[in-house]
Amino acid sequence: MAADLHTDEAMDVSLMGEERFAGDYAIVVDGLTNRFGDQTVHENLSLKVRRGEILGVVGGSGTGKSVLMRSIIGLQHPAEGHIEVLGHSMTDVDPDAQIGVRSRWGVLFQGGALFSTLTVGENVEVPLRQFYPEIRDELRHEIARYKVRLSGLPEEATSKYPSELSGGMRKRAGLARALALDPELMFLDEPTAGLDPIAAAAFDRTTRVLADTLGLTVFLITHDLDTLYEICDRVAVLADGQVIAVGSIPELLATDHPWIQEYFNGPRGRAAKASHERAKTMDTAGKSGN
Amino acid sequence: MREWVSHSFEESDEGEVSLVLAGRLVIASAGPLDDELRALDRAVDRVDIAQVGDIDTVGAWLVWRLARDHGAAITGASDTAQRLIEAVRSSASTAEIAPPRLPVFERVPEVVGLAVTNWGQGLVQLVGFFGAILISFWGIVRRPARFPMKALVRQLELVGVNSLGIIGLMSFLIGIVIAQQGAVQLRQFGAEIYTINLTGRITLRELGVLMTSIMVAGRSGSAFAAQLGTMKLTEEVDAMRTIGVSPIEVLVIPRILAAVLMMPLLGFFSAVLGIIGGAFIADLALDIPFFTFLTRIQEVVPLHDVWVGLVKAPVFGMIVGVAGCYQGMQVKANAEEVGLRTTMAVVQAIFMVIVLDAFFAVFFTEVGWD
Repeated sequence: MAADLHTDEAMDVSLMGEERFAGDYAIVVDGLTNRFGDQTVHENLSLKVRRGEILGVVGGSGTGKSVLMRSIIGLQHPAEGHIEVLGHSMTDVDPDAQIGVRSRWGVLFQGGALFSTLTVGENVEVPLRQFYPEIRDELRHEIARYKVRLSGLPEEATSKYPSELSGGMRKRAGLARALALDPELMFLDEPTAGLDPIAAAAFDRTTRVLADTLGLTVFLITHDLDTLYEICDRVAVLADGQVIAVGSIPELLATDHPWIQEYFNGPRGRAAKASHERAKTMDTAGKSGN
Repeated sequence: MREWVSHSFEESDEGEVSLVLAGRLVIASAGPLDDELRALDRAVDRVDIAQVGDIDTVGAWLVWRLARDHGAAITGASDTAQRLIEAVRSSASTAEIAPPRLPVFERVPEVVGLAVTNWGQGLVQLVGFFGAILISFWGIVRRPARFPMKALVRQLELVGVNSLGIIGLMSFLIGIVIAQQGAVQLRQFGAEIYTINLTGRITLRELGVLMTSIMVAGRSGSAFAAQLGTMKLTEEVDAMRTIGVSPIEVLVIPRILAAVLMMPLLGFFSAVLGIIGGAFIADLALDIPFFTFLTRIQEVVPLHDVWVGLVKAPVFGMIVGVAGCYQGMQVKANAEEVGLRTTMAVVQAIFMVIVLDAFFAVFFTEVGWD
């Protein structure tokens, strides 16, 4: 009974959003079902990611956020459902036919997943080598160099090995590799987890700036409320194997789903909101002062 | 699917040369364009990108690099292009992709020097490792309640019971080969009956234990190194230390003890299976009945051959166990090191076993156990 009620709410919120949206979608997930043994992770899950937006994906631990991402990028074959990424079907076509679309997205895994025997610069070069072997060495080095700096790393980091980097720098190096092919779509799996608040805020800023500069669509899994408030255009909430609501944070707050209320109105949620508002007022104060 | 970008020159009345780029200026078309731009041999005063459709950072980089190298101005840039060019301009860097490699004549001495110092350090560390094992062992002797019995039983199963199948099969086949090949040679002297002496003595004295050590090194020594190495990487070993549990006590000692205790049993088992293999082929091919072969074994093989095998076995087990655990505990940096250390554990164990076996062979002959 209760579950039905939630789905209805989800419908309302997402419909509200869709009516106002006229552009096309970067990702369309329709009726996705994922099972591991007899444990069902997703049941008839549907989600649409608009082109050019930063979509935050939240949900309690074990609600299948990472599994959803793995399904979308084709690492996890879903039991049922249809997934379309940048206009290409990921579920109907065999993996060989997905090569083209694979070069149009970048993925930042939770731990960075850098190749530990290669330097940061060489890590960035791996996808370039793989997809564009005709690019000669000099240009590939040049691309790797500016991609490393674009992701906010200092120049010296280019020739360092992942084991010589701090956690935050490793995330940025992963970001640089994800940016290697100038993707249209980025998947970030908990990019700020394990970072100190300063590094996390800086990473958020980098993400926002890159998304605006390069026109990226970002699928961002996070637990970080500050990230949600600061950089996400919309937020999708995963619970009970489904997307129970999608919308901007004020829209989500308007629903009365208990989990959403607790998530955003818990002590941490209120703190993040307060700091966001404080930052905004300081910003406007600064502007009017000038 | 890929559309190439094209370039052309326009000369204005004042003699200014503009390079006009048209098409999709994206990573997919960057390779050929890069070659063409590098081959340019005339001065360019302006880069006109008004006719460029899609552009990404690679395209922006090419435009900016061209403008920089020729001191040219960029004209006709769309908002997107301007934003991207600004982004790559502010990200330009001259860093090395990989740390510079030394020239060969410096690198070779460096590698040799490192190998020598590492060898020396390794020796010291190995002695230290032995010391740590002895201390932990003494600690267990004083407080037997701390003895990790469960871990030991688990390792006994992994090292001993689980390898019975493969070691038995290997020994059986080796017994067949020895008896069959031995018989072919001995037949020339009409001494075919000595096949029994050959099979019995060589399996009990040498091959049973030696082949078993090699198999245990490959099966269990490698597993020790890989397990402990991975546990070091995931900081499990550090976690144990902070809780006050000695990793030597709960990880290393059960493994080494299991290898030491299981080797004599496995070695003897291997020798028995080797003899059965020999008897089997003798029955089939040499007209020596199976049970006659076994009875003759009792008569022609002196008991001290069994002792030779049984004395060597625990020593070899010790070498295999220590090599595996030592290499595993040395892992520090990354996944690649786990692989390297595992290989080293197996290679060192087998090498040391064979060297010691040669010493044992001479020693036992000298003391009269021939």
